[in-house]
Amino acid sequence: MNSIVFTHTFRFIILALLQVLVLSHINFLGYINPYLYILFILLYPLKNNRVIFILVSFLLGLTIDTFLDSGGVHAAASVTIAFIRPFILKFSFGAVYDHQTMKFGNVEFGSKLTYIAILTLIHHFILFSLEFFNFYKIILILQNTLFSSIFTIILCLLTTIIFSRRN
Amino acid sequence: MQQIINFIIRNKSFLLYLLLFSIAMVFTIQSHSYHKSKFINSANFLSGGIYNSVNNVSEYMHLRKQNELLQQENNQLKSLLYNKTDSINKTFVDTVYSGVSYKFSPAVVIKNSYASNNNVLLINRGKRDSIKQDFGVISPKGLVGIVDNTSKKYATVISVLNTNSRISAKLKKSNHFGSLVWNGKSPYLVQLTEIPKIAPITAGDTIITSGRSSIFPKDIPIGTIDSYTLDASQNYYIIHVRLFNDMTSLEHVYVIENKDAEEINALINNTNE
Repeated sequence: MNSIVFTHTFRFIILALLQVLVLSHINFLGYINPYLYILFILLYPLKNNRVIFILVSFLLGLTIDTFLDSGGVHAAASVTIAFIRPFILKFSFGAVYDHQTMKFGNVEFGSKLTYIAILTLIHHFILFSLEFFNFYKIILILQNTLFSSIFTIILCLLTTIIFSRRN
Repeated sequence: MQQIINFIIRNKSFLLYLLLFSIAMVFTIQSHSYHKSKFINSANFLSGGIYNSVNNVSEYMHLRKQNELLQQENNQLKSLLYNKTDSINKTFVDTVYSGVSYKFSPAVVIKNSYASNNNVLLINRGKRDSIKQDFGVISPKGLVGIVDNTSKKYATVISVLNTNSRISAKLKKSNHFGSLVWNGKSPYLVQLTEIPKIAPITAGDTIITSGRSSIFPKDIPIGTIDSYTLDASQNYYIIHVRLFNDMTSLEHVYVIENKDAEEINALINNTNE
């Protein structure tokens, strides 16, 4: 139990630092950045206390907001995907998730991609909607959401593949 | 009563989600209104400290470029100093400005941002160096932004590349003035609005600060006119201004304190009441 807490605290800090110091300054083609820190929320243990999970996700988003001076946009997006994660899990993994036997290490690639893609798209859409905060910029919001999501999804998949052996 | 408690217990995660989401929304809305992002900003010891120690390493990458910039500025100041028509050694005392009204202090940008919609910079000077809200920030080449929040050692700066920022600016040759805003698109172009149609403008004209606000002294260079169009009402120009500053690589900046700002603002407030 303690080692799980330790691993996740470590992951929280590393992902937050990586995000604010490196990934938010990539600015690929001028404005496209990956938001890899949501990997913490995606890979949070499946058997969890939901209240604590939502609180921790909020805290993670707020940490990113503090560093990036973005108000509360990351906090709002993170807490939303933390809240809807069980439904998306059920949708993308189906029966495997229902039997409480699944592990992220040994699931089908297709359903894993669906799971990551749906949560990333929702997260980025909320993120950019709140950041622009203007309904007339909906095209720009959708464009940003799409491009950043592609970047984030690729990075998330690569990271899970690279680090999957150890866990 | 029992039912209410049962309802709360049953839906506790949903209620918690709603609560946290609304808190995040409050922070977001605050960040979209000028000078209100009090709680969540990077001018605190943790994020400021981390950015500062990372910047200590990364600033070595840009040393050559920054040195060239500073040398250019030195060169410009030297040429001003020695080419004055009236000698600098004259014992003439300017009676209009008996005291110094603008105080400059150097600072280093430790976190730059230019790709988002509301860009905020972080500098390594704060309350300890008597930096306060609404002080202007400029670089060797031109305008950078306005100080927003300060902590003991750090301060956040609302960049000109922020959709909330409005700075008074004018045309150098004709003194027509307007507001400098940003449409969130290119980090090299800002927009000067409210310039009347009657103003004679051509591409390449210089835009400088107007000195109408108590934040910036006048005649600080901003940029040159890139292109212009008339706005929807056909009475005012929207001018795209190409910044002299490269906002994507900022390092050494100066914070300007207007010593008369308090007096000016008090006077304006009194008159308005």
